[in-house]
Formats: sequence, C-alpha cells, structure tokens
Amino acid sequence: MHTFDPWPWQVVGPLIAGVMSSLLLIGKRFGLSSNLRTMCSIAGANRFSDYFKMDWKSQSWNLVFVLGTIAGGAVARFALLKPGPVIINPKTALRLRAWGIDDAGTSFAPDILFGPEAWSNPAALAFLLIGGVLVGFGTRWANGCTSGHAISGLSAFQWPSLIAVAGFLLGGLIVAHLILPLLIPLL
Amino acid sequence: MLRIFLLGLVFGIALTMGEIISWFRIQEMFYFESFHMFGVIGGAMAVGMLFNLAARRFKWGTESGAPLDIHQYTTGWKRYIYGGTVFGMGWAVTGACPGPLFITLGAGYWPILVAIFGALLGTFLYGLLMKHLPH
Repeated sequence: MHTFDPWPWQVVGPLIAGVMSSLLLIGKRFGLSSNLRTMCSIAGANRFSDYFKMDWKSQSWNLVFVLGTIAGGAVARFALLKPGPVIINPKTALRLRAWGIDDAGTSFAPDILFGPEAWSNPAALAFLLIGGVLVGFGTRWANGCTSGHAISGLSAFQWPSLIAVAGFLLGGLIVAHLILPLLIPLL
Repeated sequence: MLRIFLLGLVFGIALTMGEIISWFRIQEMFYFESFHMFGVIGGAMAVGMLFNLAARRFKWGTESGAPLDIHQYTTGWKRYIYGGTVFGMGWAVTGACPGPLFITLGAGYWPILVAIFGALLGTFLYGLLMKHLPH
C-alpha cells in the first residue's frame, strides 16, 4: 500500500495512448467532455435545447468509463501513490506562495481550493464554479477537450484539433499570466 | 462494459500517478516551467499517432469488423479557436480538464464537485446559446 512514487511522463503518456487505442479497437471513441452533454441530457436539459435531444443510452458506455476513472483516482490516491507533495519547479512554487497559496511545493493540491476549508470560503467556491463553467462551455463549443482534440484528434492528423489545441494554450496563457495573479490573492 | 470500466480505471490511475490531476502541475505547464505535462500529452499523441498509422497501413478495424471510429471533425475554425480558448481559460483556473475533473473527485478532493457542477452548467449554457455563437 502507498508504495509507488509518481510515474514519469514516459509511462503515463503511452498508457493514455493505450487506453485511446483500446477504445478504438472496441469500437468506441476516447473523449471525456462529451459526457458533460450526456449528463445534462439525462438531467432533462433536452426540454430547453435541441442540443440535448440525443440518444443518451448510446453514450452510456462513456459514463461507465467515467465511473472507472473515478475509481482509478481513488485506487491511486488511497492505495498506490506514496503520500507526498507534487514536486513542482521552485519558481512556480515561489510565485504561487507569493500569491497566497502557502502549500505550493509541499502538497498534492492547494488546500485553499481543494481542502475542506474551501467549503467555508465563498471566493474559492466562486473561483471553482467559474472555472468549471468555462471548461464546460468551452469544451462543448470546441467539440472536444484534451482527450478528444489534443490526444485523439492530433494523433489522427485532424487539423481542427490543432486549432483547438492552439486555443487551449492561448486561453490558458492569458488566464495564468494576466488573470490569476489578480484573482488568486483574493481567495 | 467491464472492459470499458477497466480502461477508465487505468486512465484514472495513470492520471493520478502521473500527477496530471494536480492543480500545481497545470500552473507549472502554463508558465513552461516543467516538461512533465508536455511530455504526457505529447507522448500520448506520439504513441497514438503510431497506432493510427499502423491501423491505416494494416487496415485494422474494430473487433466487430467495422472501421475504427476515428474523430472526423467538421471543417471551419471559429468554434475550435473560440471554444478552445474558453476551455483553456477554465483549465488554468480549475487545473482540471474534463477527465481530471472526475478523477480528482475519486481522489477525494471534494470541492471539485463545485467545478463539476460548473462544467455541467457551462455545458447547459452552451446548449442554450449555441445558435447565437460562431461555429
């Protein structure tokens, strides 16, 4: 239990490609963000927009995949991974600490956002909510996320995916460099 | 379905063991202060490319004999650049793309539920507004 060090990218990258390839051979497509649409459809969003009028049962396999990923996160964190901080670049850690993320470099995820204390911090909850809205809105607009565009799309030489990935980077750079320095100190 | 669940399990384990679900790794990535995330995504892409080339060359199909269901995105660029940029903004805030959103929940960081709710809300808003957006 808890005996494994974090895995390097040389292990994780090919594993992800293996998952994508296996899904294709089974006859499915690797793409996580389409589940957001399926979940909205199941929750009754089809009454408000044709976008959610879909045969969600044909997508239920992907919800099973999501359940698997949740179980995987639990198995890895509570049985495999040695407890310890994510060793990030000291430059990153210093910058984040200057913004008020005191545990940068000494924990796995920032307590201020992901620890129990976040529930009593309205600014942190708003931060997570707004970020989530952008993720949902953006991935559906672009018709894919990291799994659909950056991994499946690019590896299948899809030009639209290259445009989408350029967008991912552009949006991330804008927020990380211009917006977060102003927002994080407010948490 | 068991196989699909197990593939999800492998994916969740890999992204947790590789620290891809850590908010810190995403902050590092958008400042180009570590190769880790680029290695993971680039590595997955490179190996995936080899698979796709081999699949084309040797005419691999699905186990039921159908052609592989490779993503064929519609042409155009607006939805990809605009939607991609909006998603990238959210990725930098939450530190999670849609896979890690759920994996983080499994790893027990409960406040991610707020971001998951947000992502569903964002999806719903897109469904309401899509007719008025450039695609």
